[in-house]
Amino acid sequence: MKKIEAVVRLEKFEEVKKALKDIGYPGMMVTRIEGHGKQKGLVQQFRGREYKLELLPKIKIEVVVKDEDVSLFVETVVEAARTGEVGDGKIFVIPVEEVVRIRTGETGEVAI
Amino acid sequence: MKSLRGEKLLRGGLRMGKKALLLAILIALLFLGVSGAVFAQDPSGAKTIKENPGAAVDYVWVLVSAFLVFFMQAGFAMVEAGFCRAKNATNLMMKNLMDFAMGSLAYMAVGFAFMFGKDVAGFIGSTGWFLRGSDYDVGRYLLYMFQVVFAATAATIVSGAVAERLKFKAYLIYSLVISALIYPIYGHWVWGGGWLSNLPFGLGHLDFAGSGVVHLVGGMVGLAGAIVLGPRFGKYGKDGKPRAIPGHSITLAALGVFILWFGWFGFNPGSTLSAHELRISVIAVNTNLAAAAGALAALATIYLKTKKYDIGMTINGALAGLVAITAPCAWVEAWAAVVIGLIAGVIVVVGALALENLGVDDPVGAVSVHGFNGIWGLLSLGLFADGTYGNYTTEAPHVIGLFYGGGFGQLIAQAIGALVCVIWAFGLGFILFKAMDKLIGIRVPPEEELSGLDVKEHGTAAYPNFPYVEEIGA
Repeated sequence: MKKIEAVVRLEKFEEVKKALKDIGYPGMMVTRIEGHGKQKGLVQQFRGREYKLELLPKIKIEVVVKDEDVSLFVETVVEAARTGEVGDGKIFVIPVEEVVRIRTGETGEVAI
Repeated sequence: MKSLRGEKLLRGGLRMGKKALLLAILIALLFLGVSGAVFAQDPSGAKTIKENPGAAVDYVWVLVSAFLVFFMQAGFAMVEAGFCRAKNATNLMMKNLMDFAMGSLAYMAVGFAFMFGKDVAGFIGSTGWFLRGSDYDVGRYLLYMFQVVFAATAATIVSGAVAERLKFKAYLIYSLVISALIYPIYGHWVWGGGWLSNLPFGLGHLDFAGSGVVHLVGGMVGLAGAIVLGPRFGKYGKDGKPRAIPGHSITLAALGVFILWFGWFGFNPGSTLSAHELRISVIAVNTNLAAAAGALAALATIYLKTKKYDIGMTINGALAGLVAITAPCAWVEAWAAVVIGLIAGVIVVVGALALENLGVDDPVGAVSVHGFNGIWGLLSLGLFADGTYGNYTTEAPHVIGLFYGGGFGQLIAQAIGALVCVIWAFGLGFILFKAMDKLIGIRVPPEEELSGLDVKEHGTAAYPNFPYVEEIGA
């Protein structure tokens, strides 16, 4: 099992959500986050002087998937979230040791 | 430590007690002075309307204009709140609310009498305390209503320049002093028959609706306050360069400028104090054109510098045009109003940035909008007056500026008035803020400034359910 953390643009979230639903992953954990990558924020201007927005709002989606689904899942997110401009985000794939469904006590892939 | 602080507070309290006593004695003396005096003139208005049936339309005109000018308080509140951070919005609303409350009372008690009472030596008015005695009269009350909203405009200008760091109680005291003394005494010199209006140049110093009396006074007291307070934390980088501290709502600031622009249609045309002077249409057009030209020129100026269509400076530009046209609005024609507005729009941008570079932190640009353009407005009258309007009346002699062959006379009168206004308002403002700083301290403690004045001073955040992030420029 792997946990996939995808950091995507706010405005791309709806597309990503729909694409994941279409490949059979309706469940997800979503967090509104702020951050920056190499692009280092945005320059804005107020009353004639520039200032830097160091941190930009993003959406972080976390889903735990079966090993064999990882590549399809990642491809789907990449396709749905990409604009080709800086700030499209990143996807992290992390190994997961165990999953427990609290209601039934089931463990492993059936609990995903 | 604790006892020292307690002692200091106690001494402060005693001092305040003495002050209150002095004030009470003063007020009692004023009442005595009035009580023997004079019969009421026309408190019901019946006599006035009988003698002059046309008075009705004048009264309606002046009162509606006064109510429009009152609404400018909302405009100032929105511009200031929008240009400042969310953590100080409650404080700004309180200051804008209470300067009108304090101003209304102080101007009723003594301000109106100093400004429009019986003249003493061209320096100060001396009758009409508390709107009593012969001032209990529909005509005098009408004048009070129109003038008190102007006094409060001068007062509220300052809240922007001292925003985000001035203690609330210092602001209350300041509101009292500007409405009771600084504004009305200078106002007497120009509008109350005082010495500036009788200068032996041109027709004496002229200021139709208050580029000087209202805006330059407010701008200079604001400048004094901003200098005594010093800049906000984070305004200047370690290299000493000014940084942007973006306000929390461009939407509110823009709403504010629309309200102010709207209110100015009462401010300037209403200053005829009569609907029978049809010059009001010329004044309204000039007011509108100068605002439009100011906005455009400020936008162009800041675009040339930053290659951005900067709304903050454009808002300041519209206000700069309005401030500048306020003095000459009755004496110039449309093209001149456009030129006056265009120059105002350039002055406001260059002035605001230069002031920041000199180390003066004026969060909303009040000094540049009201101070620098107040001066420009006064001077422009001496240049562009076209000889079609007289000494606050349609009757001759008419006012003729330099560009219309009137020579330098009027321009000199305008320059003297502007200089006197700068010295008077900046001087008294500086003394006032310095004195308050010595007695009670005028700047909030650093931790309060960083966390915002709203919760520490007032116990209420303006937007309790919305967390916010603060950005400060590089």
